[in-house]
Amino acid sequence: MQPTAQDFSHIPGWGIDADPENDPTYPIRDRTGEFTKKYDWPRPPQQPIDIETLHSIERPNQPAVIGNSVPPYGLSGMIRRFAFKYSESHYGHWLPLLFADRVAVVEGVIDDLAHGHVPNIFAEKGYRAHWKHDPKGLALRLATTAAIAGGIVLLLTSGKKRDRIKSGS
Amino acid sequence: MLAMNYRGPKRVRVSEKPLPEIKHPEDAIVRVTRSCICGSDLHLYNGNVPDTRVGMTFGHEFTGVVVEVGADVTKVKVGDHVLVPFNVACGRCVFCKQGMFGNCHESNPEATAVGGIFGYSHTAGGHEGGQAEYARVPYANVGPTVIPEGMDPDDAVLLTDVVPTGYQAAEMGGIQTGDTVVVFGAGPVGIMAARCSWLFGAGRVIIIDKEDYRLEFAKNYAHCEAYNFEKDMDDPVVFLKKTTDWLGADVCIDAVGAEAAGNAMQTITGRKLLLQAGSATALHWAINSVKKGGVVSIVGVYGPTDNLVPIGNVVNKGITIRANQASVKRLLPRLIEHVQNGVINPKGLITHRIPLQDVADGYRLFSEKLDNCIKPLLILPSAGR
Repeated sequence: MQPTAQDFSHIPGWGIDADPENDPTYPIRDRTGEFTKKYDWPRPPQQPIDIETLHSIERPNQPAVIGNSVPPYGLSGMIRRFAFKYSESHYGHWLPLLFADRVAVVEGVIDDLAHGHVPNIFAEKGYRAHWKHDPKGLALRLATTAAIAGGIVLLLTSGKKRDRIKSGS
Repeated sequence: MLAMNYRGPKRVRVSEKPLPEIKHPEDAIVRVTRSCICGSDLHLYNGNVPDTRVGMTFGHEFTGVVVEVGADVTKVKVGDHVLVPFNVACGRCVFCKQGMFGNCHESNPEATAVGGIFGYSHTAGGHEGGQAEYARVPYANVGPTVIPEGMDPDDAVLLTDVVPTGYQAAEMGGIQTGDTVVVFGAGPVGIMAARCSWLFGAGRVIIIDKEDYRLEFAKNYAHCEAYNFEKDMDDPVVFLKKTTDWLGADVCIDAVGAEAAGNAMQTITGRKLLLQAGSATALHWAINSVKKGGVVSIVGVYGPTDNLVPIGNVVNKGITIRANQASVKRLLPRLIEHVQNGVINPKGLITHRIPLQDVADGYRLFSEKLDNCIKPLLILPSAGR
C-alpha cells in the first residue's frame, strides 16, 4: 500500500507548523523552574461560597471560582458528601458518586411528579429523532428491552410460585 | 431562560431556569449565540462521568454576546461577541502560567486532576454550560476572546474546543516531517486531528473508524486514508503494522475515549457494566499499533477511575504517551490565523442545525450516529435578539 500522497501541494497548509524542535512538545515544553515550585501565586479574589460546595481532599481550600450548578441535595447529596471523604485515587470516592448519580435520577422523577410534571420519557430520550431516521433499529431495541424485562419478571415470578408450591401455601 | 436540563442517562430536556448572575468580580454573563453538542458531552449523556448531577446544563462549546460584566472585568465589554474556550482558567496559577489552561487550579473544587470545564459535571467544577440562552463566564479577562471582524460565528464556535483539541492532538504527537500518523476515531475531533497532522508535516495520515459515512467525510475533509475496522480488516493492529512495513506508525492519536467500540470485553466492562472508566479499545489499539519509540497522543475523554490498557507494551516498546485537555487559550492566536487564511475550515464539520427546544433529539441523533451526523449545532432562541 502506498502512502497517501507523495506530493502534498493539494493539502492546504501542509508543513506550515512543522518544527523539528517540537519534541519534547506541549505540555512539558513550556515547563520552567520559575513557575513550578510553590502554591504562592497571586490568587484571584475568592467567590463568596453561598451554596454547599464539596471539595476534593487533595486540596486544602476552595478554588477562587466555583461552579454553582446543582448543590448536593436529598439522599444523593448524602452519598456525595460521603464520597468526598475519600481522595480522587480511591474507589470510595468515585463509586459512591456514580451510585449517587443513579439515585438522583429517581429523585428527579419524584421531584417532577411532586411538582405536577409527568416526565415525557419518549421525548426526553429523543425517540422521535431515532424513529424518524432509524425506525427498524429503534423498534428492535425497544423489543429487545421489553423481552429482557419480560424475561426477568417471568423468572422472578416463577421463582416465587415455586417457593409457594414448596411451602404448600 | 431556556436551558438544556440533564435528567439521567440518555434523558435530557429543555426547561426554564433562572438567569445566571455575576458571582465573582471577574465574571461576565453572555447571551449565547451558538452552542454545539460535543462528542465528549456523550460521556455525560450516557451517565459515564461520576458526579453528573440531574438538573445540570451541559455545553462547553459556545459563543455569545456579553450582556453584563463584573467589577474587575477589563478585557471584554458589554456588546462584544466572544468565543468562550471550554476551559475555565484563572490565568494566574502555576499551571495557567505555563500555558496549561486546561489544568487551572483555581476553577474546580471537586477534582484536582482536571481544571474547570463549562457544563461538564461537578467532577469538572459544576459550572453551568452553554446549551442555554445565557451563561455565566468566570475569569472573563482570560478566556473569552472577541471574535475577529469578518469571522463566521460558525467557525468561531468550533474554535472553542474541536479545532484546538484536534490541533493539540497532532501537536502532542511531536510529529516530524514525513511521519506516519494514525488517528483512531473519525468524529469531529479525530477528523480535525487528521487535518492538523498535515500542518505539522506528516507524510501519511490514516484514520480508523467503523462508520462508513464518517470515513468518507474524513477522507474528503482531511485528505487522509480512511479505513473501516469492521469491514476492511480482521485485526486493526495487524493491518496497521502491515501497512507500515511491519514497524508501526510513528504517532497514534486516540480521539475516541470512553465510548470506543471494537472489543467485546472492553465494551461490556467499560460501557455496559461501568467496571472501568469506559471502553479503552482505541487506546489499546494505539499503544499496540505505534512503533517502538513512537508517541501516543490521547485527547479522547475517559472517566476518572481505571482502564484496562496494555501498560506492559508501553514499557517494552519505549512509547511516549502525551495527553491533556486542550489548552484553548494558548492555541487560539495561531488557530484564528489558520481559519482567517483558509487553512482550516471549521464550519465544514457542521452537518446539523437543531433548535435548542429539540435538544433531546439532537443528543439522540449524535449519540446513535443517525442521519450521517458529524457535528450538531444548536440554534438558540436568544441568538437573534
